[in-house]
Amino acid sequence: MLEIRDLHASINGKEILKGIDLTVKPGEIHALMGQNGAGKSTLSNVLVGNPAYEVTRGSVTFNGKDLLALKPEERAHEGLFLSFQQPVEIPGVSMVNFMRAAVNAKRKYQGLEPMGAGDFLKMMREKRKIVELDSKLANRSVNEGFSGGEKKRNEIFQMAMLEPKLSILDETDSGLDVDALRIVAEGFNKLRTPETSALVITHYQRLLDYLRPDVVHVLMAGRIVKTGGPELATEIEQRGFDWIKAETEAV
Amino acid sequence: MNSEQQYLDLFTANRELIDRNSAVAMNALREQAFADFARLGFPTRKVERYKYTDVAEAFAPDYGVNLKRVEFAVNPYEAFRCDVPNLSTSLYFMLNDAFWEKALPSAALPPGVVVCSLRRAAQEFPEKVEACYGRLARTGKDALNALNTMLAQDGLFVYVPRGVAVERTIQVVNLLRSDVGLMVNRRVLVVLEEGAQARLLFCDHAMDDRDFLTTQIVEVFAGENSHLELYELEETHVKNRRFSNMYVDQQRDSVVSLYNFTLHNGLTRNRTDVTLSGEGAETNLYGGVIADKEQHVDNNTLIDHRVGRCTSRQLYKYVMDDRSTGAFAGRVLVRHGAQQTVSEERNANLCATPEARMYSQPMLEIYADDVKCSHGSTVGQMDEQALFYMRQRGISLDEARMLLKFAFAGEVIDAISLEALRDRLRHLVEKRFRGELSRCSGCRMCK
Repeated sequence: MLEIRDLHASINGKEILKGIDLTVKPGEIHALMGQNGAGKSTLSNVLVGNPAYEVTRGSVTFNGKDLLALKPEERAHEGLFLSFQQPVEIPGVSMVNFMRAAVNAKRKYQGLEPMGAGDFLKMMREKRKIVELDSKLANRSVNEGFSGGEKKRNEIFQMAMLEPKLSILDETDSGLDVDALRIVAEGFNKLRTPETSALVITHYQRLLDYLRPDVVHVLMAGRIVKTGGPELATEIEQRGFDWIKAETEAV
Repeated sequence: MNSEQQYLDLFTANRELIDRNSAVAMNALREQAFADFARLGFPTRKVERYKYTDVAEAFAPDYGVNLKRVEFAVNPYEAFRCDVPNLSTSLYFMLNDAFWEKALPSAALPPGVVVCSLRRAAQEFPEKVEACYGRLARTGKDALNALNTMLAQDGLFVYVPRGVAVERTIQVVNLLRSDVGLMVNRRVLVVLEEGAQARLLFCDHAMDDRDFLTTQIVEVFAGENSHLELYELEETHVKNRRFSNMYVDQQRDSVVSLYNFTLHNGLTRNRTDVTLSGEGAETNLYGGVIADKEQHVDNNTLIDHRVGRCTSRQLYKYVMDDRSTGAFAGRVLVRHGAQQTVSEERNANLCATPEARMYSQPMLEIYADDVKCSHGSTVGQMDEQALFYMRQRGISLDEARMLLKFAFAGEVIDAISLEALRDRLRHLVEKRFRGELSRCSGCRMCK
């Protein structure tokens, strides 16, 4: 599904990613762990095409297509979704208008007619339940005045609406209390299919307890320095990253 | 030759013709207006309130003036399709500066209410017109007042007698129609007596792809405890130049809300001058501007708190694209003794391109010591993070920009109390941002 080869990227002239290789197959969940500044968020931003980042070398193939050649909106249409670490507030743009624009843009890309108003609202209602979001949501401005937990639930709600093939969860667990974390994680699990994959960026084991990743990677100074099974996350939770750092430097 | 001379010559050469095709009350002020215009000349940019618009340049070309009152062969009811379909209005037309009298709306106005040609009103109710005409728009203090008073021959008269509430919105569509470049000098007088209530909707359209120059003077007299909502919607084209001076005098406990939307234009300068003469009066000014290409929109306001316990609010929002220029200068004057004044003034602007220019100048001048006043302004760009967030959800860059612009303008549209008009304006603004409103959507001739 996703093939990253020797990816280098920089922001404001500073190189952050220094050669990432990563392959995600359909149905797999990959966890990406690492200390602050390791390049986790940079990788997610580069994958979805944030114009602030510049790719200097390497390639990314997504379902056979050259991902880096696509605009951010085209990447979304191809089935790539980012749950933002800090969801953006957009005053004056209602959730319903925002989602309608997003859903219909994708339908247009797929050669489908825009969705009727009735069907669309029904879909909003159904998907909202997955993350237990308030019915007043539709008329509120995007993320404006949302609590931290609501913002993250709103990200998963949007994921439910757009049905992506590969979702990137960028610290979706940060700032969530135990109940909100459960709602978000269970919501995510309800949306899983044997064909959909995910790249989960996190500092903590507790989200991974719900999501049960197939593969765990450790990112350090812009490179993946260690890859293992779910047990690697447990070990990091107990021992931190220093031992991996020591191991890497020894090599 | 300076720009003024052709207008002075025009007046001198046609004095008799102008008078003959107008009314006594209007003719009475011409001589003084001529003297004032000759003395003042067009304001330069050194005059503070004309700092942002070059008046002399706009008036330099030689436009035609229809002093002979030649009728244009057009039926506005056929040419114009109402833009606000869910709004049931009493619909009137002004063809250039002339009130269209041949077919009047079938729905009757309440007894005593008058909506008619100003010239006719000056003949039929001379005392009413003489008591008001030119009383607020003094020719000695503003060259455009003088020029308009010197040349204007007709216009609109709206009169609502004491205690009468006009339920149905009175809509007046100003149509610019000409086969050659034309200067139009329109005069509007609105009189609401004590306790009267009315809602007016003025829509400006240009039917022909010609150079138009419009001067408009609106004088509004709001009597004690009267309620007026006045909406102005400009939807003309890039060859139109509009200079409008509106003067409002408010008596005790009156409430006047003025809404001005520039949806599409060429060059526009709107001066709004409100005098709060009676205690407890309230005034609300809302302005919405959407400009692109090389359009220019200048809103210049003065709210004069002459007495205490009055409230004024101003909210102006501009969305500027391409190489457009916008200006807002709002002066709130709280005079000595105008205690317990409450005043808010806010101007917020979005410049969507680095080339778009916005000049914002909120001003607050207070000579009383027990008041609550605020003023502020912002000029911002498109929120890059919000744009990227939307694109990540699959929304194209153009659509995302449109949504942000629409959201920005939304606040001032939401201030419209008339629901049908609010919905319609949302629709028009969206069309405008999508580039589907390149001229105006109201008249068939533009289709």
